[in-house]
Amino acid sequence: MALDVAIIDSGGANLASLVHALDRLDAQAVVTTDHELILNAPRVLLPGVGSAGNAMARLSAAGLNVLIPKLTQPLLGICLGMQLLFDTSEEGESGDTRCLGIIPGRVARMPASPDHPVPHMGWNRLRTVQADPLLAGITDTEYFYFVHSFAAPVGLHSLAVTEYGGEFSAVVRRDNFRGAQFHPERSARPGARLLANFLKIT
Amino acid sequence: MKFKEHRVVGDILELAQRYRDQDADELVFYDITASPENRSVDRGWIARVARVLDIPFCVAGGIRSVEDAEAVLNAGAEKVSVNSPALADPALIDRLAARFGSQCVVVGIDSQTTPEGFSVYQFTGDPTRSRDTRRDTLQWVREVQDRGAGEIVLNCMASDGVRKGYDLVQLAAVRAICRVPLVASGGAGAPEHFADLFKAKAADAALAASVFHTGAIAIPDLKTFLKSQHIEVRT
Repeated sequence: MALDVAIIDSGGANLASLVHALDRLDAQAVVTTDHELILNAPRVLLPGVGSAGNAMARLSAAGLNVLIPKLTQPLLGICLGMQLLFDTSEEGESGDTRCLGIIPGRVARMPASPDHPVPHMGWNRLRTVQADPLLAGITDTEYFYFVHSFAAPVGLHSLAVTEYGGEFSAVVRRDNFRGAQFHPERSARPGARLLANFLKIT
Repeated sequence: MKFKEHRVVGDILELAQRYRDQDADELVFYDITASPENRSVDRGWIARVARVLDIPFCVAGGIRSVEDAEAVLNAGAEKVSVNSPALADPALIDRLAARFGSQCVVVGIDSQTTPEGFSVYQFTGDPTRSRDTRRDTLQWVREVQDRGAGEIVLNCMASDGVRKGYDLVQLAAVRAICRVPLVASGGAGAPEHFADLFKAKAADAALAASVFHTGAIAIPDLKTFLKSQHIEVRT
């Protein structure tokens, strides 16, 4: 069977749920850090759990911080993987973490308040601001599952935004690079729809 | 899903799929005998559950080390929940948060109302070993947050199993000092109890077990009811 998607092994746990979600869609996926495999894959997923600093260190150790921005096929960053597409993240051991620099902007810590405890964990709706094949058939009444403490600003590259103590980017795109702040692999039917949409993008 | 009094409520996989299809927002799998018996949860079922579930799930019971947690997360769980092992070794919370991030680390607290306030209990899975740790619940809630807990599940023992509603007094006291999401547990017996909890803003989410397992409350009906009460729910 031909490969549908390469999942970049960013070192964190939780890759299993993404692999299972793709399996439920009958997609052929491989988890890898191999440059040739990633370069030749029709699509690439960049998942990420943990901190931006650790994830960038792991990507850099595998030379992927250089490879990823050069990719030309559709790529989808998930959660931290989406945040890594930006210039920098406030999440770092000592100051900001330099990220992949594909999408302009700085990922910042979400402000906590009594009504909005952080991490933000839960189901929220999207407000679509730009139509995209990734969001085909997804309406603003559907809920997606979010787990994060940092968030990307709303800007020219936002496809959809979500409100939690303030607005942030829920789905972003620049050229062939897309990202989702929520976990489509854990977002029930709407999440499966988004992943299926991604698998159709060429 | 909370398996108390060693009642077999059905095959785990079947239940997981049933709750998934009913639009449960998250599932928690407790192996409450794991800690008292000093054994870890059997991991085989976690991967099987992860294969069919497209909603988040958390595994609790017998997670005593970073290695235990890693095995559970690698098998496909979103979060691990620690209770008795965190009381025995509070630095376990720091280690788990440092390795996996706070969002993966849930701390479960079994708390009992006492004349002085609220007190943390340990080994509540085994009636012969269940004991008062003499830890003040509010102090413990502060400490686990400082150590990196990303979510707290507060099981209010006085209301647990009684089905007369969540312990809104205790939950509100904890909510007031909680910066991370607080999940209420213990006491749900009727749809109104869920509405009362959310209207009082005493917790960020509600956990229930027996009312769902017995079919006393169907999740779709509960969500319809909460919507009618102007409480936002995912449907």
